[in-house]
Amino acid sequence: MAMMNNLLFVDGLGVQNWTYIIVGSTFAIYIGIAIYTRAGSTKEFYVAGGGVSPLANGMATAADWMSAASFISMAGIISFAGYDGAVYLMGWTGGYVLLALLLAPYLRKFGKFTVPDFIGDRYYSNTARLVGVVCALLISFTYVAGQMRGVGLVFSRFLEVDINTGVIIGMVIVLFYAVLGGMKGITYTQVAQYCVLIFAFMVPAIFISIQMTGNPIPQLGFGSTLSDGSGTYLLDKLDGLSTDLGFAEYTEGTKSMVDVFAITLALMVGTAGLPHVIVRFFTVKKVKDARKSAGLALLLITILYTTAPAVAVFARTNMIETVSNQPYASMPEWFKKWESTGLLSFTDKNNDGLIQYLADEKSNELVIDNDIMVLANPEIANLPDWVIALVAAGALAAALSTAAGLLLVISASVSHDLIKKIINPDISEKGELIAARLAATVAVCIAGYFGINPPGFVAATVALAFGLAAASFFPAIILGIFYKKMNKEGAIAGMVVGILVMLFYMTKFKFGWFGGGEKADWWFGISPEGFGTIAMILNFVVSIVVMKFTPETPEEVQEIVENIRIPSGVGEATAH
Amino acid sequence: MTNKTKAKAYWKENIRYVLILLFIWFVVSFCAGILLKDALNEIKIGGFKLGFWFAQQGAMYVFVILIFVYVRLMNKLDKKYGYDE
Repeated sequence: MAMMNNLLFVDGLGVQNWTYIIVGSTFAIYIGIAIYTRAGSTKEFYVAGGGVSPLANGMATAADWMSAASFISMAGIISFAGYDGAVYLMGWTGGYVLLALLLAPYLRKFGKFTVPDFIGDRYYSNTARLVGVVCALLISFTYVAGQMRGVGLVFSRFLEVDINTGVIIGMVIVLFYAVLGGMKGITYTQVAQYCVLIFAFMVPAIFISIQMTGNPIPQLGFGSTLSDGSGTYLLDKLDGLSTDLGFAEYTEGTKSMVDVFAITLALMVGTAGLPHVIVRFFTVKKVKDARKSAGLALLLITILYTTAPAVAVFARTNMIETVSNQPYASMPEWFKKWESTGLLSFTDKNNDGLIQYLADEKSNELVIDNDIMVLANPEIANLPDWVIALVAAGALAAALSTAAGLLLVISASVSHDLIKKIINPDISEKGELIAARLAATVAVCIAGYFGINPPGFVAATVALAFGLAAASFFPAIILGIFYKKMNKEGAIAGMVVGILVMLFYMTKFKFGWFGGGEKADWWFGISPEGFGTIAMILNFVVSIVVMKFTPETPEEVQEIVENIRIPSGVGEATAH
Repeated sequence: MTNKTKAKAYWKENIRYVLILLFIWFVVSFCAGILLKDALNEIKIGGFKLGFWFAQQGAMYVFVILIFVYVRLMNKLDKKYGYDE
């Protein structure tokens, strides 16, 4: 191993310079693509002209989907949650099966620009459209604030600029290619960003897997024996380390089964109902391409998602071995650096100069933020500087690509659904394009504001975004496709009740509104993260009951539904 | 076949595929990874307890396969009914 490191440390450029070089060149690529692919019409701005190839769309969807949360936080969360981390792994991939089998092909056939567009047309009502716009804006804004915080975090740690300056640099970059290029620019920058982020995630994972287990495939490595010759399985060792320090066994977890079930399902249906993901499937040519690109997107996502639990195990084991019962004075350089960001903090409670990392809060002396695990992992494992710099570029690619996709949903909701479809239907193509660009600019500024002044509830609101999507769009779209008798009254009532119940539950148990409540007060033992499942079921029930008592869906709408079930004769995505 | 009955037959076959695939989707994730996790954890493959493996690896591999199977099945079905283009 020492030899491997020597071979790779030939450069001597240092982390800082490597980061400038790698991050700088990836940014140059993104801007170059944006200039080359700028949008000239609303159709190019909203759906990239509707002619994106399945592979390019798959890559763009994967980058769009994998946010700062997937890249930076997920492996860290899993490394602390152990088995329970599976809710994110299954929840955020299983949703694509629903998307491919139940939504994407039909929405593509329907051929509109946005999700509220589908809701408004299918339910022949501008009230439904407006409810859709409100949901889309709510979901996207809560989500985008988290991305901007991720950008700031990476800049402040790796380029040692002020976190606010980092957010502003990120804003300018996104503004540039989202406003100029629209969906067309975003699509092709996302393709580049996928390449950067997957490479950046895999390289350190493979290095560490070889170091720890001798197996170059991380997915197999974390189920292998240690390379120290002891013949112990890595997972058995980690289970042992965890219980020694008073934590639950890594492979067992602590959440109740019903909660794990509910959270997984809520994340799956939430994923399938997220507007920035759905809208990507409007950009391909044919129904057939929509199915295929959903499969490709999931394949490309799964590469990262099956590696993350391996990284979690490597990082957790390395972390415990590096710090547990070791003298504070002999901690490596990365420890001090992360301390200065406040994401790692040590208080020597018993004044013995050693770090006691324990499950028991009273005697535990080390507090580690989830987000450190992936970012610090290469440093903890002593990987070469360029790998550390690569991780910074990958994290930025993940955050920027998702932010851009979300901003597009926000701008299209405002310029297309709100202005063109509700407020001023006579607006010209050119006027709509200007409105779209203005809306994107305003949205970037709002997102940047939240990035600089992160509301304390950012983490909570990301879960809220999934819950809201599960409680609103998912049932409305499913019923719209598979139940042609579903009418506007049913769908609107279902969405409104679903969202309100979800908001009530989240604010009650997350922010302490409506009298607040403890874990013991949860309904059916389900956490706010998993409550989207209940709200979704409620939406379905309310929709169907209300439908039974209200006028039937007009014949022509039922015919539209029959038509979207047939894949052929797909026109290009149009506004009318 | 008239257009309407053709469309109905196509839809029926599509729904059957979807139900079968979603059944498998449910079994590998919610059954193997969550409900039956403890029982499956008694079985070990290499360093992995089987329930843990399904929850953090296996379910995801099956998801990918399910979508590609659906793509194939539907491409065939589209051809059969003359809906491919």
